[in-house]
Amino acid sequence: MTPPVRRRLLVVVPAFGLLTLAVLLTAPTMGSTAISLGRVFDTSIPWADNVDAQIFFVARLPRVLAGALVGATLAAAGVVLQALLRNPLATPFTLGVSAGAALGAMLAISWQMDLGVLGVSSVPVASFGGAIVAIAIVYWLATSQKRGLSTNILLLAGVTLNSFFSAVILFVQYLSDYTDAFRTIRWLMGDLDVSSYDPIVAALPFVVLAFLAFAVLPRALNLLTLGDDVAASRGVDTARAQRLAFFSASLATAAAVSLGGPIGFIGIVVPHLVRLLVGSDHRVVLPAAALFGAAFLVMCDVVSRTVMAPLELPVGIITAMIGGPFFLWLLVKRT
Amino acid sequence: MITDTHVRLRVRCLIHAQRREDHEDGTKNAILSGTRRSERCRTERSVLRACCVIFVIVVSGAVWPLETQATPQRIISLVPAVTEMLFAIGAGPRVIAVSSYDREPPEVEALPRVGALLDPDVERILSLRPDLVVLYGSQDDLRTQMGRAGIAVFDYRHGSLAHVTDTIRALGVRTGYADGAEAVAAAIEVRIAAVMKRAAGQARPRTLLVFGRERGALRNVYVSGGRGFLHDALEAAGGVNVFADVDREAVQATTEVILARAPEVIVELRSSDRLSEADVVREVGAWARLASVPAVRQRRIHILTGAGLTVPGPRVAETVERLADALHGGMRP
Repeated sequence: MTPPVRRRLLVVVPAFGLLTLAVLLTAPTMGSTAISLGRVFDTSIPWADNVDAQIFFVARLPRVLAGALVGATLAAAGVVLQALLRNPLATPFTLGVSAGAALGAMLAISWQMDLGVLGVSSVPVASFGGAIVAIAIVYWLATSQKRGLSTNILLLAGVTLNSFFSAVILFVQYLSDYTDAFRTIRWLMGDLDVSSYDPIVAALPFVVLAFLAFAVLPRALNLLTLGDDVAASRGVDTARAQRLAFFSASLATAAAVSLGGPIGFIGIVVPHLVRLLVGSDHRVVLPAAALFGAAFLVMCDVVSRTVMAPLELPVGIITAMIGGPFFLWLLVKRT
Repeated sequence: MITDTHVRLRVRCLIHAQRREDHEDGTKNAILSGTRRSERCRTERSVLRACCVIFVIVVSGAVWPLETQATPQRIISLVPAVTEMLFAIGAGPRVIAVSSYDREPPEVEALPRVGALLDPDVERILSLRPDLVVLYGSQDDLRTQMGRAGIAVFDYRHGSLAHVTDTIRALGVRTGYADGAEAVAAAIEVRIAAVMKRAAGQARPRTLLVFGRERGALRNVYVSGGRGFLHDALEAAGGVNVFADVDREAVQATTEVILARAPEVIVELRSSDRLSEADVVREVGAWARLASVPAVRQRRIHILTGAGLTVPGPRVAETVERLADALHGGMRP
């Protein structure tokens, strides 16, 4: 690693890390109900009598952790896929993962499937299954010509699969009950009120695996953005790097979507926003985007659960409503 | 279709408006000018307006010929709750088709289906030659199409608990089954009044009325807000809705808000689920996570199943009775 990059990392990562830490520490103290932190941590009050502690540990902390995990994952997966596909418009949902997950969720809701396992309810399990099926189909199509992983086919197959799955979703929705159709639409808006640590624990291994892959990818991603030939001439095993990037980003997205629904905007705008702030070197962009994605989604979730309390505004609406104008402002200011 | 009643009403409104304007015009003239010229202007304007009124009435009559509101013989219902009402009041034999979602009473199974709220099959509706179509208030296109075809419509929207019996009576008058409708509506009101009377002497527990959530988890929990027949049914059954302050029919309740509102009783209506005893135990167990909620601590969580529970139709009295049983425990005589 060249000294300037190391220096930038030493500035950028602690700065974004501090921001994320500050958000993670303050978010559980904010909500629709006033709670006393003294009572929250007062162990002399029995658990069953301590409403403040339950609001803190059962209602708020799981959703803050879920928000951080989903935000970091979607932002990092967005960075990886934009580099892999050499397309600034790529998002974690471009390759059909979210549509596959949505179809799984829709089927679980409409057919009242009983797929609960390890404390995770049917809908997240089914959406994860749907995402895995989508990943398998796209990968099979992209490698069908036996010439490694074709990013062009990957992109086209992903976009087509998105449309195909969306059509199947509409078809199932059309045949299903109004209530089920509404529940699916609501699922598509994203929801972090997980009310339990079980789904977070279930998603964590996939996210950790993906981030281990992300840790070794940045150099290859820098070269892949210049073209496969350039990357190969600089000693990158392009086929292996592309496969690793595709599977890690897709698997992380599948886990994130099954946890919080397909929360839009983060996977496309956070990477660009971070690039505007720290440059385009993936060794800096990737950790910064993951940290900023976590902080951004947790902040949006605080707004979503307080702005119309006791009603909750779906977090997917907030991410776009807050992030959109902010990104445009930054875009105009920087250019 | 414009009926003679509609035309009479329109004429009455226009005449009333005209009289009011004439009166206002007269008053203003007396106060403001009093000159002959302005009086003549006013008079001319009044005459002109009167001519316009007559013209509108004549044109209305020409475009939409007057028809008498005959008793319908061929009824199509696109609203399951109203279909149940039609059968309950005795108009069942005149129902010739129903919506895709109709399941009750069993007689509807043999009837043709003509779409539903979002996808009414207009061609099929017209081909069945109905003389009354029951539609939902938001089906504007269908209402226009029926108007063009000269087919009468009965507009319906979900409302309060009282709206159920009001609708039954209105339906009775419209279909010529007023006596049957009165009997059904009165019977519902008597049953609800009996529940209210029995509940009057009991404590009114703060209740969370849930009508949807993910199986086996406390995610996407939908509860009754302070509006609609479910809220009214809960209050009639002797409960206090913990979300009564939210002026909506449905509220997505977060874990935090449920903990903060601390309901003493939780009643779940599972109208579309078929739950085994083991399922019920598991679903009740999902609430155990919220240990500080009084309903959880005192094990006052009830899961009610049955397709009619969330239908604002003639079975609504049963919903109130079952809610009262859940709240106060076997209080039926």
